[in-house]
Amino acid sequence: MGMTMSQKILAAHAGLPKVKAGQLIEANLDLVLGNDITTPVAIDVCEKMHGKGVFDKEKIALVMDHFVPNKDIKSAEHTKQVREFAAEYGVVNYFDVGEMGIEHALLPEKGLTVAGDLIIGADSHTCTYGALGAFSTGVGSTDMAAGMKTGKAWFKVPSAIKFVLTGKPAPFISGKDIILHIIGMIGVDGALYQSMEFVGDGIQYLTMDDRFTIANMAIEAGGKNGIFPVDEKTEEYMKAHSHKTPTVYSADPDAEYTAEYTIDLSALRPTVSFPHLPSNTKTVDEAGDVKIDQVVIGSCTNGRISDLEIAAKILSGKHVAKGLRVIVIPATQAVYLEAMEKGYLKTFVEAGAVVSTPTCGPCLGGYMGILAAGERCVSTTNRNFVGRMGDVTSEIYLASPAVAAASALTGYITDPAKV
Amino acid sequence: MENAKGHVFRYEDNVDTDVIIPARYLNSSKPEELAVHCMEDIDKDFTKIVQKGDIIVAGKNFGCGSSREHAPIAIKASGISCVIAETFARIFYRNAINIGLPIIECAEASKEIKAGDTVAVDFQTGVITDETTGKSYQGQSFPPFMQNLIDAGGLVNYINAK
Ligand code: SF4
Repeated sequence: MGMTMSQKILAAHAGLPKVKAGQLIEANLDLVLGNDITTPVAIDVCEKMHGKGVFDKEKIALVMDHFVPNKDIKSAEHTKQVREFAAEYGVVNYFDVGEMGIEHALLPEKGLTVAGDLIIGADSHTCTYGALGAFSTGVGSTDMAAGMKTGKAWFKVPSAIKFVLTGKPAPFISGKDIILHIIGMIGVDGALYQSMEFVGDGIQYLTMDDRFTIANMAIEAGGKNGIFPVDEKTEEYMKAHSHKTPTVYSADPDAEYTAEYTIDLSALRPTVSFPHLPSNTKTVDEAGDVKIDQVVIGSCTNGRISDLEIAAKILSGKHVAKGLRVIVIPATQAVYLEAMEKGYLKTFVEAGAVVSTPTCGPCLGGYMGILAAGERCVSTTNRNFVGRMGDVTSEIYLASPAVAAASALTGYITDPAKV
Repeated sequence: MENAKGHVFRYEDNVDTDVIIPARYLNSSKPEELAVHCMEDIDKDFTKIVQKGDIIVAGKNFGCGSSREHAPIAIKASGISCVIAETFARIFYRNAINIGLPIIECAEASKEIKAGDTVAVDFQTGVITDETTGKSYQGQSFPPFMQNLIDAGGLVNYINAK
C-alpha cells in the first residue's frame, strides 16, 4: 500500500521509509509558528522546560496579529512579553506593527513556507500552507513550546480523504465558494483527524490565493491538514517569494483514501454559510432576503490582493447601502501597499467603506467591528460560531469577497452577478 | 492519573472553543481568570454551579475551532475532572493531553448520560459508570504513547524526563 502526499512528508521528517495511518511518530519541524495570543502561553510553558534557548532562531515565526496594534493594556502586555522573548533568543522572524500581517497570509508571502515543509503553528488555520504542498497543522501552545525548544513534535499519522476537483469555475466562483461547498457537503467534523488531499484537473484554474483559501478552511471540516499538489503556479509563487528550496512530494498511485469525492467546479454557485456553523451552507440563490448591518472583507481566509481586487471591482464607482458598515482589512502590509498602488483603497473609501491596518480584529471578535445584539454581518472570514464576532445573538454569514462586496451595495445577501 | 467523579454538565455536538472561552477574554492567559468566563456564551450558570470534580458530557467534535489552549485550561481550572464526548476536535484532543485535562471518547455514554447524573470514570480501564442510572460504558482508552504522556503529567514533564 502506498502513501498519501501528507504521509510522505511526515515519513521524510520522521526519518522513516514508510508510515501508515494511525502510527505515532516524532518528526523534525521546518517551522514553528505562534501569534500574540498563543505565544505568551507557550513562553510560560517554555520556562518550565529544561534547557535555555530555542532549537533554531530562523525556524520560529512569531506574528503579532490578533489584537495588534494593541487594543487594550492586557494585550499590550502580551505583545511586550513576546517582543522581549524574541529579542532575548534572537528569533529572526518576529513580526510586529509596521511589518506584520495576518500570520497565514504573511508567512507564504515572506517565503517562510514552501512545498515539502513540515510546519506546526499554535493557530488552527496553520493548515493554510498546504496550498503550497507543505504539511502544516494547528496545535496548541504546549506543542508550540516543545517545538520551539526541541524542533520536534509528535504526530498521529492521518488517513486521508481525496477531493477530486474537476472543470472550470464560472465567473465569481472562488476558492471560498469551493471550500464552503465542501464543508456543507461533509460537515464540520467530516474530515476529523484526517488529511484533505485535493487533486484533479480543476486545480489548474485556481489561483494560489484560491488554494490558500481552500487549505485555510480544512480545519472547519475538522481536517488535520489540507494539501494541494505542486504545479507551475505553485513553483512560480515560491520562486517569487522564497529563497528556500522546496521538496515536491506526490501521493503514490496506490495510496489509500477513506473516501473520495468529486466536485464539478463548473456547477458551483456562490455559497454562503448561515449561522452558526460553517457547514450550514446555502447557495446565494437559496439565501432569501437576509438584511445585514455590517460587511467585513479580510482575514487569513480572504484578505489577499485578489480578494480586494474583486471587491474593488464590484464597489468601483458605487456606494455601499445606507446604514451599512463596511470594513475592509488588507491581510498584510504588502497587500495594503499593493491595494493602495492599484487604487483599491481609494475605491473602498469613496464607496463609503473603511480600510483598516492589517489585523485579525473582528474575525475573532477582538475589536474593529464587534456586533451588537441581533446584528447580522456578511463576512469573508472562516467561522460563524455563536458570539464569534460579538454579542451571542449576533449572526455571521460567511461568504466570498464577491458576495460580500455585492451585499455591501444592497444591504442584503446578494449574488455578485446581479449588481 | 486520578479517577474522576462528579455531577454532569451536558452539551450538544460541535461545542467550539469560542464558546468554551470567548476571544474577548484572551487578553489574559491566567487559568483562574479564564475559568471565570468558561462556557458563559452557551451556559451562563456553568461557572456559578460547577464544583471540583464535575464532568462535562458532550456530543460530537467537542472543542472544534480555534486552537487556543486557553479552552482546555479554562475547563481544567474551573474544576472539571473529565470531558466525555462522542468525538473531540483534534487540536483540542492534543491540547487536553498536553496540559493534563482528562478526556475520553465514548459514543454511547455521550448519547445516554443526562445532565445532573453522578458519573465516575476509571482511566485505567476506560470504564464510565453512571451511578444515577447504574449503567456502565466502555470508553476508548489511550494508545500507550499517549498514556505515557498523561502519566508523565503532560508534555512538559515528558520532555524534561527525556
Ligand atoms: S484572521 Fe481570524 S481565523 Fe485567521 S488567524 Fe486571525 S483570528 Fe484566526
